[in-house]
Amino acid sequence: MSKSSLKQTLKNLETKKISIRELNQDYLKRIKEKENLNVFIHFSEENVLKQIDNLEKDNSAKKLKGIPIAIKDLFCTKSMPTTAASKILENFNPTYESFVTQKLLDEGSIFVGKTNLDEFAMGSATNTSFFGNTINPLSKENEPLAPGGSSGGSAAAVAADLCLGATGTDTGGSIRQPASFCGVVGIKPTYGLCSRWGIAAFASSLDQAGIFSHNVEDASILLQSIAGFDQRDSTSAKVDIPNYFENLDDDLNGKTVGIPKEYSIDGTPMEISEIWDNAIKVLEKKGVKIKNISLPHSKYALPTYYIIAPAEASSNLARYDGVKYGFRSDEIDSLDEMYENTRAQGFGREVKRRILIGTYVLSAGYYDAYYLKAQKVRKLIADDFNKAFKECDFIVTPTAPSAAFPLNEKQNDPIKMYLNDVFTVPASLAGLPGISIPFGEDKNNLPLGIQILGKHFDEQQVFNAAVSLERSYE
Amino acid sequence: MNNLIKGEKHDWEMVIGLEIHAQVKSNSKLFSSSSTKFGSSPNSQVSLVDAAMPGMLPVINKYCVEQAVKTGVGLNAKINNYSVFDRKNYFYADLPQGYQISQYKYPIVGEGKVTIDFKDGTSKDIRIVRLHLEQDAGKSLHDQNPSKTYVDLNRSGVALMEIVSEPDIRTPDEAGMYISKIRSILMYLDTCDGNMQEGSLRADVNISVRKPGDEYGTRCEIKNLNSIKFIKQAINYEAKRQIEILESGGSIEQNTMLFNTSTGKTRPMRNKEEAHDYRYFPDPDLLPLEISEEEIGKIKSSIPKLPDELKNKFIEIYKLSNYDASVLTAEKQTSDYFNETINSDSELKNHAKIVVNWITSELFSLLNKNNQDLNNSPVSPENLGQLIKLISKNEISGKIAKDVLEDMFSSGKTARQIVDEKGLQQVTDQGEIAKVIDEVIAENPKMVEQYLAGKDKLLGFFVGQAMKLTKGKANPKMLNDILKQKLNKKN
Amino acid sequence: MKIDKNTINKIARLSRIKLDDKESEDYINDLNSILDWVEQLNEVNTEDVEPLSNISSSILPKREDVSKDTNSSEEILENAPDKLEGFFAVPKVVE
Ligand SMILES: [Mg+2]
Ligand SMILES: [Zn+2]
Repeated sequence: MSKSSLKQTLKNLETKKISIRELNQDYLKRIKEKENLNVFIHFSEENVLKQIDNLEKDNSAKKLKGIPIAIKDLFCTKSMPTTAASKILENFNPTYESFVTQKLLDEGSIFVGKTNLDEFAMGSATNTSFFGNTINPLSKENEPLAPGGSSGGSAAAVAADLCLGATGTDTGGSIRQPASFCGVVGIKPTYGLCSRWGIAAFASSLDQAGIFSHNVEDASILLQSIAGFDQRDSTSAKVDIPNYFENLDDDLNGKTVGIPKEYSIDGTPMEISEIWDNAIKVLEKKGVKIKNISLPHSKYALPTYYIIAPAEASSNLARYDGVKYGFRSDEIDSLDEMYENTRAQGFGREVKRRILIGTYVLSAGYYDAYYLKAQKVRKLIADDFNKAFKECDFIVTPTAPSAAFPLNEKQNDPIKMYLNDVFTVPASLAGLPGISIPFGEDKNNLPLGIQILGKHFDEQQVFNAAVSLERSYE
Repeated sequence: MNNLIKGEKHDWEMVIGLEIHAQVKSNSKLFSSSSTKFGSSPNSQVSLVDAAMPGMLPVINKYCVEQAVKTGVGLNAKINNYSVFDRKNYFYADLPQGYQISQYKYPIVGEGKVTIDFKDGTSKDIRIVRLHLEQDAGKSLHDQNPSKTYVDLNRSGVALMEIVSEPDIRTPDEAGMYISKIRSILMYLDTCDGNMQEGSLRADVNISVRKPGDEYGTRCEIKNLNSIKFIKQAINYEAKRQIEILESGGSIEQNTMLFNTSTGKTRPMRNKEEAHDYRYFPDPDLLPLEISEEEIGKIKSSIPKLPDELKNKFIEIYKLSNYDASVLTAEKQTSDYFNETINSDSELKNHAKIVVNWITSELFSLLNKNNQDLNNSPVSPENLGQLIKLISKNEISGKIAKDVLEDMFSSGKTARQIVDEKGLQQVTDQGEIAKVIDEVIAENPKMVEQYLAGKDKLLGFFVGQAMKLTKGKANPKMLNDILKQKLNKKN
Repeated sequence: MKIDKNTINKIARLSRIKLDDKESEDYINDLNSILDWVEQLNEVNTEDVEPLSNISSSILPKREDVSKDTNSSEEILENAPDKLEGFFAVPKVVE
């Protein structure tokens, strides 16, 4: 079955080949059929029908009018509860709409539901959710695979064709890695391109909203819709957002691609090296100059990330204390008891682990050795990229060190789990835009992704390279 | 001056430093747009940001930054071009984020100093370590419900300036003078309303004691004092407590203390066993705060004359004493009132000392008695000026002027009106006075005899009798002169 | 070993997360292996390197001092687990 694209669907709606209602009923049907994948934390058919009713009464022209979109359940939404996949936010009903989802609503899109994720976006397999695992739609019977994470629900929703696009957030690879695992396109834009207002924070200096879609063109349309300056986010960038879709250009002749030697890591499966080589060959054929570059501090990106992200998280998650909203334990003999029990019972194991490590690296006597050190290494990592981008227009690497793995693998060793992010984390630390597109398969016919990184706010170049590779792959 | 306190065994010296929290006078909070109004119904001035809802982010108030810079200039302090907002992490019911946004390593204002003036004409500099911007917490109410603490977040996120002094203060009085001086500067600058009852200005007091010349002792911090009286009481109590411990061979445990305003005692806060570890780190939701010299210059040029500057001006122009001038400039409303009074008539400039006295003793005591403020004084500066002019021109005596002022205060009439209506004009007619004196002498022959026999003290008696007859209106000097003349003639 | 029983208790207390003995054990192991792993950062010479705490190169945006968003207390208390008389309510605190 070939999935219809967002671009095609918009045309069909415009020419009245299909109505908004027909279109969404088709998606509703599939959502119900695929309930076993546990893609959604919140799904309400009634809510979708209500949105259709409202849009049918609305005569204004809107860019995404009637388009079914799935929302990662980290974005606060007025019309649906928001949980961050955590018990501690069970029954939390925001009275406000996040910047990104508001933009999508303004464009007339329909929210089909809130997708599953790793609790507070901490994980790489969507297996730390309080609401259970999401199953990768590409799994074979009785061999459930992880969709990747943390935006696994959104990646799976697109892969299972339960929507025409989905929002995600990426802190260390949480859009790109699940996109790779599920065989869809996922873009994390430059830090600051999309406002973080209304997204439950994991690590503020790294969190960035982005998009999942069936293809690069669709991603360029959707990113355009959610990007833009927001005065309520002090780290939001005041940059002009080009029309990525209109400007798409797959002619890369004369461009230079950087190939970082440090991304050849011992133990990387053959197939992954092969698709990488393949991508390079394709680019060469298109007249792209191949430049071997060095990002010497790449190997330190993971430990750097696993200090900085938990440190910020330990502070960001302090607000979940059972006072203002969300879950509160019943064992509350004193204020401190209330805090300790609420947080012990309300957070899952991985979240607690990260809060504890984050608290430790910020605590008196350890701050300099861990947190400050990590910030300095982060600077070196960012500088590596700045230097590299003086010599090339974009960088191509694999997205993840493996294809989707079985659901219950890798659960007990945190470090092994953290290694999933090895190719995505460096760009996160440097705040750079990155996209993952499907570019091959492993021996079990599981998709493998290629990652394209660009300069700050050069999403257009990233899209151009991606569309060019995509067209040559299909 | 001796600042030592006597212990059982020897003398002790207090070493005191203050951390003053001054609420920035602004319409909206430091990082959110909700109102800062005082006394609204609970949780009615709480934005999503103040309540730390998921995904909410801080955006800084430009005006609050400017106010901090202004205050820094007023404290003769260094303004830092680069400062950073950090998170101070701890859990408390009225701290919704689980952290306070404050400034730790890089405050907006660095070292400065303020001067305090003593009655004997001397003065002393108290050094300022820093001033930084931070968020206020909400309010916990512990006695509204038998089993629960209530939390009101209206204050949550209001901008505070924390002003930290060096431990340069040596007595409770100095502490009081220091905080008064800070308050005065803030109010001149209009960066804080200075209202201590409403908590717009409160202080943490760090205090230790030592034998003169010794190193600093271990200090205790008394939290959140909101009146000068309590600050002095708390310091006195705490110093005595520490001295008693030390003299009986004990040692001071570094502690955070609470002051009980009804018992006048300090006691350590609970949970003292728990060492705080605030895990400060730069707030990743904010960027560093950069202020250019140009911006600082612009703010500087907008600053009004400050108390010390005004004080020196008064000393120079009006030849006032250091102390008089400092009393006059302690509060902006006083110096404004003085200025308006003395400028209401060109002749008053030569009687500045009298003007000061009439404002700071007579008018102040009337205002005090009636629980009123100089701002809404029933006696306008012009009217007070008129009264003082009547005195200086010998139209009424100082004694009568006091009655006139009281009348002005209650009736709102001018001095002239009252003097005319009641006929209080001083009698300066030589003949009229001589006539009265003759009467007195004639009626008291015995007394005259005694006086002439050498009982000089009786002169007062004759003055009193003559005054009585003139209803106090006789010019005292003339009365005296004529009386002496007449009596001596008898000799 | 960097994290012992004492340390984990201290961190858990700072984080306000109650841990039972089994969990403490697990976290001691997890945290120690993570800390050993991040130890490799010591290979990097960071002398004279400025720490990077935010990637954005722009300057801190400031708002005008305008008060708005005055809310009803109901709205802010809507999701509160315990509220009374317009206040958030928590177990009684004795200072
Ligand atoms: Mg203090
Ligand atoms: Zn403070």
